Amino acid sequence: MTDNSIIKLTAAETARRIAAGELTAVEVTEAHLARIEAVDEKVHAFLHVDREGALAQAREVDAKRARGEELGPLAGVPLALKDIFTTRSMPTTVGSKILEGWIPPYDATLTKRLKDADVVILGKTNMDEFAMGSSTENSAYGPTGNPWDLTRIPGGSGGGSSAALASFQAPLAIGTDTGGSIRQPAAVTATVGVKPTYGAVSRYGMVAFSSSLDQGGPCARTVLDAALLHEAIAGHDPLDSTSIDAPVPPVVEAARNGSVQGMRVGVVRQFRGEGYQAGVVQRFEESVGLLKELGAEVVELDCPSFDLALAAYYLIAPSECSSNLARFDAMRYGLRVGDDGTRSAEDVTSLTREAGFGAEVKRRIMLGTYALSSGYYDAYYGSAQKVRTLITRDFEKAFEQVDVIVSPTTPTTAFPIGERADDPMAMYLADLCTIPTNLAGNAAMSLPCGLAPEDGLPVGLQIIAPAMKDDRLYKVGAAVEAAFVERWGHTLLEEAPSL
Amino acid sequence: MTVTDLVSYEDALASYDPVMGLEVHVELGTKTKMFCGCSTELGAQPNAQTCPTCLGLPGSLPVVNATGVESAVKIGLALHCEIAEWCRFARKNYFYPDMPKNFQTSQYDEPIAFDGYLDVQLEDGEVFRVEIERAHMEEDTGKSTHVGGATGRIHGASHSLLDYNRAGIPLIEIVTKPITGAGERAPEVAKAYVAELRELIRALGVSEARMEMGQMRCDVNLSLMPKGSERFGTRSETKNVNSLRSVERAARFEIQRHAAVLSSGGSIVQETRHFHEDDGSTTSGRVKEEAEDYRYFPEPDLVPVAPPRAWVEELRATLPELPRLRRNRLREEWGVPALEMQAILNAGAVDLIAATVEAGARPAAARKWWMGELARSANESGRSLDELDITPAQVARIAELVAAGELNDKLARQVIVGVLAGEGDPDTVVEKRGLKVVSDDGALGAAVDEAIAGNAAVADKIRGGKVAAVGALVGAVMKTTRGQADAARVKELILQRLGVEG
Repeated sequence: MTDNSIIKLTAAETARRIAAGELTAVEVTEAHLARIEAVDEKVHAFLHVDREGALAQAREVDAKRARGEELGPLAGVPLALKDIFTTRSMPTTVGSKILEGWIPPYDATLTKRLKDADVVILGKTNMDEFAMGSSTENSAYGPTGNPWDLTRIPGGSGGGSSAALASFQAPLAIGTDTGGSIRQPAAVTATVGVKPTYGAVSRYGMVAFSSSLDQGGPCARTVLDAALLHEAIAGHDPLDSTSIDAPVPPVVEAARNGSVQGMRVGVVRQFRGEGYQAGVVQRFEESVGLLKELGAEVVELDCPSFDLALAAYYLIAPSECSSNLARFDAMRYGLRVGDDGTRSAEDVTSLTREAGFGAEVKRRIMLGTYALSSGYYDAYYGSAQKVRTLITRDFEKAFEQVDVIVSPTTPTTAFPIGERADDPMAMYLADLCTIPTNLAGNAAMSLPCGLAPEDGLPVGLQIIAPAMKDDRLYKVGAAVEAAFVERWGHTLLEEAPSL
Repeated sequence: MTVTDLVSYEDALASYDPVMGLEVHVELGTKTKMFCGCSTELGAQPNAQTCPTCLGLPGSLPVVNATGVESAVKIGLALHCEIAEWCRFARKNYFYPDMPKNFQTSQYDEPIAFDGYLDVQLEDGEVFRVEIERAHMEEDTGKSTHVGGATGRIHGASHSLLDYNRAGIPLIEIVTKPITGAGERAPEVAKAYVAELRELIRALGVSEARMEMGQMRCDVNLSLMPKGSERFGTRSETKNVNSLRSVERAARFEIQRHAAVLSSGGSIVQETRHFHEDDGSTTSGRVKEEAEDYRYFPEPDLVPVAPPRAWVEELRATLPELPRLRRNRLREEWGVPALEMQAILNAGAVDLIAATVEAGARPAAARKWWMGELARSANESGRSLDELDITPAQVARIAELVAAGELNDKLARQVIVGVLAGEGDPDTVVEKRGLKVVSDDGALGAAVDEAIAGNAAVADKIRGGKVAAVGALVGAVMKTTRGQADAARVKELILQRLGVEG
């Protein structure tokens, strides 16, 4: 089998062939390393590639198979890990200069689970600094290109992971989603991304941006692959107090049995209107039509508090980040600037933060510090928390009427690199449809639903499920995916330009 | 300000009423830290007891120590507090190099325990009620050692060493409501409160509360208001006052200092102050021009703490007798005057004496040995009574031997010395050192005769009715028998020989 056909395989198929002895894990890993070598200079999906570590893991999988040991459902499948999870064997920079070269002394729970599942970690992917952004332009290590058009953004913050998938550098990737950082990159690259229910995937070892919103999740090219990865990384972790102590919903089973027959699907009035690109709306409406054809009943919903979601998010997330990022003070790890023996610890901390944090990170630290200040707390942070409660109630009421909600994942297709760099408000609008889910803590998926006619770029369909009902995403997602592939005669990614 | 600028204590109290607030931090004696599994054992190599969580490494998360919560509830219950049905941790944000995360995980407006009181007994027996505002859970910081400057302060230091072994050790902060109405006894109340709290914490078994080891630290907030006024004055906050005596001295000093400032027309600056053990004074620390903004908000990495009511009631049922009530009960049982009971308490001997009595000794005997010979020995070796190498059961055995006449006090003291020196239990020491009292009439007879013959004048006095003089002859016998004679029997024999009724 040629390298080029190996890299096009799904994760499920790759694992099957390795288990069956039709491919070795080393072959698979080498094919992906070769692909990275060939295209990543252009794409810049990876910040670190761990060639030796990946091959060693692959050899171990092959040895296990040779010994006759049973292999897990993703054994030997390569994965691109967002550079926000700690890894003992690789640096963890979170896309920031302030952690340049930091090699953590511990593995994140998610990293451990991937290793335990014999998933081969190829390297760490690029991201907006501290996951703050929607374009990956805020990475201190330079932007990532969208494989559909390298002059456009691959989404963010997890643009490295989505670009790695869309450019066939890895069949699986990990993202984190605080306001849409898994789903929006998936949408603009025609890949699949899932933000599980808050607490489903351990945050231990995932560098915090906004603790009450952050959630790690699976990224893949198919719904089934995402489900297999979801199952590998989810589950209770005693090291994370907010981790859910309950069985993981049957996501793989759901992905294998896609159906919307008899389901009630909600369409929310607040997820449309000004700011939505015509082609995005068109593909979304087609998707709703498809759902009806597949046997779903579509219900119109009103969730008035969703209009306040963006404002609430930009108070809560910066507030928590201002506290979470206080630890980067040059005392124990990471960058240290100005320690020439004449300066106080306070001065060294200031100089380091000045040099080590990018503009967007500083903006959010300042916003959050202000919002938490005495005298402003009630008006800002306090009010935002009330909005959060209202949004949760809107979702609760909605899910009394419907099984899932659908919306466009993001109002526009991928915009050109640099276009919104100086306009934070325009940038923040990219997460308009994804943020309510983070605030309420429930689950959502983005999957491809076509190309916008006006620019030929991918559009994402968002499916939202109640908390702990992550399996519904996969059931609906698998049905939609199958119907689209049947309609198009191929997956959307096959239309992407070759690099 | 020097001591000479102070107003005399009496003058200060003639014009002003002191208002105090006491904040006490207690390090809990849990095996592991508040939010991670690291050991809390003292004395380890710097930074040997750390992990990603207590070092605040990126990505690390806290998990609440259940024993820490249980200890907090016990303390709350013992202080007659309400226990929150639901409360959260909060982040207290401020920068300091020995704070790994640059925020302290603490509690803010939802403390686990609130609205209680502690009755404290002053030296004359008067009971004063100190109202408790709250008790909340938090974590300790690391420890900075500033090198190269004067007096270990950061000012002028060339560099600082950071030890994070202490970072994350569970603390309970207990805050009183403003203590008013204590008048001139305010410093005494402060001391008695901290002492009582220490006893309580120990009785609960949640901490050893050793102030000299920093396991219990006290901040004394004090203000004065003109007599008759109801409006509190501006307060000063004297930090880290770490012995009972210092608590009293700090309060007293601040009363005099405030009075001096106020009565000369000045006004008190709200500031923190350092206490100086050497002369009992305080000096200005950091001026709080505006209230420090800690930007508290609920800790999103932890889930709320919601102690089930049934569990709280279970804990309430297991609370030990309050130390003050127990002390009063024991005082009555032992028949000890209040002042002596205070001395026993101060010496840390209450539990030891109680255990000795429990092991069969009479209270008077148990008290005598612990407060006498053993206290002396502890003093000399610079240890506390409970650190001595002797158990209450062994002391009880010695007392038993004395009561049975097999040892006299002098011999008993030698037995104690032997036990403390590790020579074995009391019976072994008696055996090895040959310390039996000689009460055999035959063996004593010769010594008695010798004493009478050698002290004819004294013998005559006794015959003449001055029975009290018999002591001199007993002394002589004890001398020749090297203290091993049964003094009571010797006295009987002497009087018998001299034909005098005892």
